[in-house]
Amino acid sequence: MESIILFAPLIGALIAGFGWKATGIRGAQWITTGLLFVACFFSWIVFFSHGPDAQHIQVLRWIESGSLSTDWSIRLDRLTSIMLIVVTTVSALVHLYSFGYMAHDENFREGEESYKPRFFAYLSFFTFAMLMLVTSDNLVQLFFGWEGVGVASYLLIGFYYRKPSANAAAMKAFIVNRVGDFGLALGIFGLFYLVDSVRFDDIFAAAPEIANTQISFLFFEVNAANLIAVLLFIGAMGKSAQLILHTWLPDAMEGPTPVSALIHAATMVTAGVFLVCRMSPLMEFAPEALTFVTFLGATTAFFAATVGLVQNDIKRVIAYSTCSQLGYMFVAAGVGVYSVAMFHLFTHAFFKAMLFLGAGSVIHGMHHEQDMRNYGGLRHKMPYTFWAMMIGTLAITGVGIPLTHIGFAGFLSKDAVIESAWAGTAGGYAFWMLVIAALFTSFYSWRLMFMTFFGTPRGDKHTHEHAHESPMVMVIPLGVLSLGAIFAGMIWYGSFFGDHSQVNRFFGIPEHHAEASEDGHGEAAEGESHGEETATADESEGEEPAAADTASDEAGEETATADTASQGSTGDEAAVADESHGEGSEGEGEGEAHAELDPAPGAGAIYMGPDNHVMDDAHHSPVWVKVSPFIAMLIGFVVAYWFYIVNPAMPRRLAESQRPLYLFLLNKWYFDELYDFLFVRPAKGVGRLFWRRGDGNIIDGSINGIAMGIVPFFTRLAGRAQSGYIFTYAFAMVIGIAVLITWMTLFGGAE
Amino acid sequence: MDNLLSIVTFLPALAALILGVFLKGGDPAADRNARWLALIATGATFLVSLLILAQFDPRNPEFQMVEEGDWLLGMTYKLGVDGISVLFVMLTTFIMPLVIAASWEVKTRVKEYMIAFLLLETLMLGVFMALDLVLFYLFFEGGLIPMFLIIGIWGGKNRIYAAFKFFLYTFLGSVLMLVAMVAMYTDAGTTDIPTLLNHEFAHGTFSVLGITVVGGLQTMLFLAFFASFAVKMPMWPVHTWLPDAHVQAPTAGSVVLASILLKLGGYGFLRFNLPMFPVGSEVIGPLILWMSAIAIVYTSLVALVQEDMKKLIAYSSVAHMGYVTMGIFAANQQGVDGAIFQMISHGFISGALFLCVGVIYDRMHTREIDAYGGLVNRMPAYATIFMLFTMANVGLPGTSGFIGEFLTLMGVFQVNTWIAVVATTGVILSASYGLWLYRRVVMGDLVKESLRAITDMSRREKAIFAPLVVMTIWMGVYPAPILDRIGPSVEALLETYDDRVAAADLDGPQVAEAQADDAH
Repeated sequence: MESIILFAPLIGALIAGFGWKATGIRGAQWITTGLLFVACFFSWIVFFSHGPDAQHIQVLRWIESGSLSTDWSIRLDRLTSIMLIVVTTVSALVHLYSFGYMAHDENFREGEESYKPRFFAYLSFFTFAMLMLVTSDNLVQLFFGWEGVGVASYLLIGFYYRKPSANAAAMKAFIVNRVGDFGLALGIFGLFYLVDSVRFDDIFAAAPEIANTQISFLFFEVNAANLIAVLLFIGAMGKSAQLILHTWLPDAMEGPTPVSALIHAATMVTAGVFLVCRMSPLMEFAPEALTFVTFLGATTAFFAATVGLVQNDIKRVIAYSTCSQLGYMFVAAGVGVYSVAMFHLFTHAFFKAMLFLGAGSVIHGMHHEQDMRNYGGLRHKMPYTFWAMMIGTLAITGVGIPLTHIGFAGFLSKDAVIESAWAGTAGGYAFWMLVIAALFTSFYSWRLMFMTFFGTPRGDKHTHEHAHESPMVMVIPLGVLSLGAIFAGMIWYGSFFGDHSQVNRFFGIPEHHAEASEDGHGEAAEGESHGEETATADESEGEEPAAADTASDEAGEETATADTASQGSTGDEAAVADESHGEGSEGEGEGEAHAELDPAPGAGAIYMGPDNHVMDDAHHSPVWVKVSPFIAMLIGFVVAYWFYIVNPAMPRRLAESQRPLYLFLLNKWYFDELYDFLFVRPAKGVGRLFWRRGDGNIIDGSINGIAMGIVPFFTRLAGRAQSGYIFTYAFAMVIGIAVLITWMTLFGGAE
Repeated sequence: MDNLLSIVTFLPALAALILGVFLKGGDPAADRNARWLALIATGATFLVSLLILAQFDPRNPEFQMVEEGDWLLGMTYKLGVDGISVLFVMLTTFIMPLVIAASWEVKTRVKEYMIAFLLLETLMLGVFMALDLVLFYLFFEGGLIPMFLIIGIWGGKNRIYAAFKFFLYTFLGSVLMLVAMVAMYTDAGTTDIPTLLNHEFAHGTFSVLGITVVGGLQTMLFLAFFASFAVKMPMWPVHTWLPDAHVQAPTAGSVVLASILLKLGGYGFLRFNLPMFPVGSEVIGPLILWMSAIAIVYTSLVALVQEDMKKLIAYSSVAHMGYVTMGIFAANQQGVDGAIFQMISHGFISGALFLCVGVIYDRMHTREIDAYGGLVNRMPAYATIFMLFTMANVGLPGTSGFIGEFLTLMGVFQVNTWIAVVATTGVILSASYGLWLYRRVVMGDLVKESLRAITDMSRREKAIFAPLVVMTIWMGVYPAPILDRIGPSVEALLETYDDRVAAADLDGPQVAEAQADDAH
């Protein structure tokens, strides 16, 4: 089943890409979409049925050289299964949505150019690469997926190949990502050097040892764990568009909007967060590196939110918002609460994909107008889109009832991040940056809503007259995603950010506070404690409850946990029961209840060190900390309301009075200009210098001066007698060879 | 068949002989016959060479299928293959039929053209199989002549300059090698390569003209061989002949040059420098690692500003060969495995890229990047194939280009992190020049009037690319069969290497080895 999930998109991509002439354009679209829905369906089954233990499936041998051995293989644990449902669900919905969005495209000549199969093939190929990334059981396969999604992103950003801006953006995305990959690759080399393996299990097992190793790297003599963690994080910065390497993400909006939703919001850009969580057993031993992750995440969250305040292109606003939200996730990971990072990743995927698809719906309805200054009053023209966007906005800004666990998805996950940041940094820099960013988030999100859907129509009258609601294939995905945006937080709050035992069970972490509460089937415990693969036994168990798919057994189980769950679990529980498909197998695989006291790194899908109490501290953070994001959200909303509904002339006046600041933000802190000045132009200059001066004057000059002094002489000689002499020469050669062969045949070379 | 290697080696030459002796006249019919004969001969050579692969025992690190016999003037004729050479033999026999097929449209002196390529194949195969110094040298130097003719006769406007530059650079390097060979014969009393591999050359430090030579004779011999192979490779800073040669050579010539001839240098390092002069390698190795790292950055930057497509790819080739020398002189399993893999893979990828240039050169007769733009509008198949090979050249995982690059970098990281960091910047730079080339040639709207009527690839062209596409992806996804064949021989080589270096007890250079041990 795992293999089907993994390869269905690839098959779809190949059929659509190379066989669309046989299947027809419609056929190619249906095949890719159908296969994606199959993969999605199986992913949900795996998510609910598979226990938290890691399972390994080998597919094919890959690179083997000396002690290096890598396979194409699947590692299935909780982290993987979360990513599986995120990727396949959003991807399947985006495929469906694209039927409508790509139905007509003015960038291509209708009828002559078959761009649709190509688009669907790329989407499916992307999904395949992303799945390879998240299912990998070693770093090299992860790197394959990592670069694979990079290529898919490159192809899709440059999909409108006639537009120079799209081509430039595609290149930029790939190259900036390569800068990140540079770090990631070095991290992999370093790990291989230290551990002599690139498999996760081996690396995790060796993590404590790495932490005690010093390594000399460049000028420095540094702690190996910190070094590796930073190098890996550089990779994550590239993929997840964190500050310094963020410049490609806004430009990536040149791609078709479904692509932005799938790749540049919901899935690919979260790969960096996934990497940090995946490597949590190592990260836990790299405190300085984690401090850096926290700092950079917080700064990015703040920076991107400030830029988002003034952008006018609807997609760019959401792009910066993505960048900012990724910063939140990194903060959560940086303070050591990886489950919360995954939680925000998970909920963000739903509401951000929805915001993008909603924006796509607006753009589609407005005939590819993207400037919000030309929108206005669209809520009557596109009611479904309006409500979907409204839900997305409520989710991203974090609307909910403070001090309870009832609210939109973003409310729960974002508050969890902010509380973790408070607990992890003792109320420091990261916490305040995130709170301010929450205020800005609320402002720019409501600004977007007000400028687009409220007020009076602005811009081209004709366009507004023809503005229309999108077809059902585009509205349905919005509906499905809005369910996620509303409920995902409430349902899974306990699993990601509940009390310790709940989270441990969800992620398959052996209990280390010997609470040993639940019954548990002991057999998993032994295998787990030795860090071995207990997969086989588990799988067969895991399948059954899913097949049964009954709410009853999991409801019972929830009540069992209710005693230990400290807060709010009642609400969650009810929600889970309502959903009526169970986290059934959880009980089955939780044999680790009475495992040994100190779990080895890598025993669970994520690892939190024995002295990592940030999550507990976060639960006990003061009330003002818990309500601070809510207050920030309210302020943002009120200011936006005042600026764009009550007093619409206000923003312009402010922009004029604060012109330098406004320009600074509008030009994205001048990062692009800076990089052009620092890297792009010098690279070309140096290249030219090396070529003309280095190769031309110095090397050819000196070497030729000595050796090639004779060339002109020969040249003249040869030029004069080209045909004659040279052919005599060649002929002599032929005769020579002939003699050789004759000799060989007559006297026999071989014995 | 106990003389399989000889059959494979001389089959193309036999065809050349037949062409030379029996085919008369320059009329179209004769040209057609020449083409077909060359294609059949190279194709047959490939098929026969498959037997070599079938008979080759991957687990055996020794030379296999050895043929030995007396030869002219008391010299020995000896051929054989091991895990290091067998794949180069296969690469050569695989590429040559494609090269002939890519030359179908050559109109001038077709017979001579085909003879030159057929002889070249024989000579290149001989280099990879020869197990005797003299024989090796003859094949190695002999290969220069047909290539020189190919550039000089069927090349572009400035072909004479390029041909002589090519010839003199490589020839001058080889002269030093010849001197070294004489010295080796004096020292060891034999020209038999397997015996020489077991012979330990003197490595006592001595001084010449007041200069202390650490590693003594070994270092001197190493440098002499190095001079020859470094030019062939080509390594920075003796690489400047390559761009000129590539630009002037006809498409097929460029393909052979990039795919096979450049590999002679790397093969030479692996056959002679590393195993025969381990102490010399240990002394000079760090310098070579630095030269390789510089080569990668330097030539990648130069590639960035090229205006001629072939020159750009030529510079990119130099950068990729930088990974090879780096991997070889990292002198560990990953490094050397990666270097060999990189050479094989580069044979397919760079060959394909030059063919890509050839496709549009045949149509527009210019290699200027500015003359193109927006080709995707009229040439979708071409755009797809060019994309694939650009990505392979960039080292995308899943293509063969990744594995060699990755392994060599991994190997060198264990020796020196500085070099690893500098060399890894190559992955950024290669993406920059590769994608920028692609963007300027293929992407964008088709605005140039001259390109309005350009046609997509013909069936023949697609057929030429198909095997290359298959190999590039297959080797990227499932490289195990290749690495299985390389591995044992490399392991044996490195074992002796490490023993000898340890026995030589040099100060300093052992740091690398100690580090490598730490890692285990």
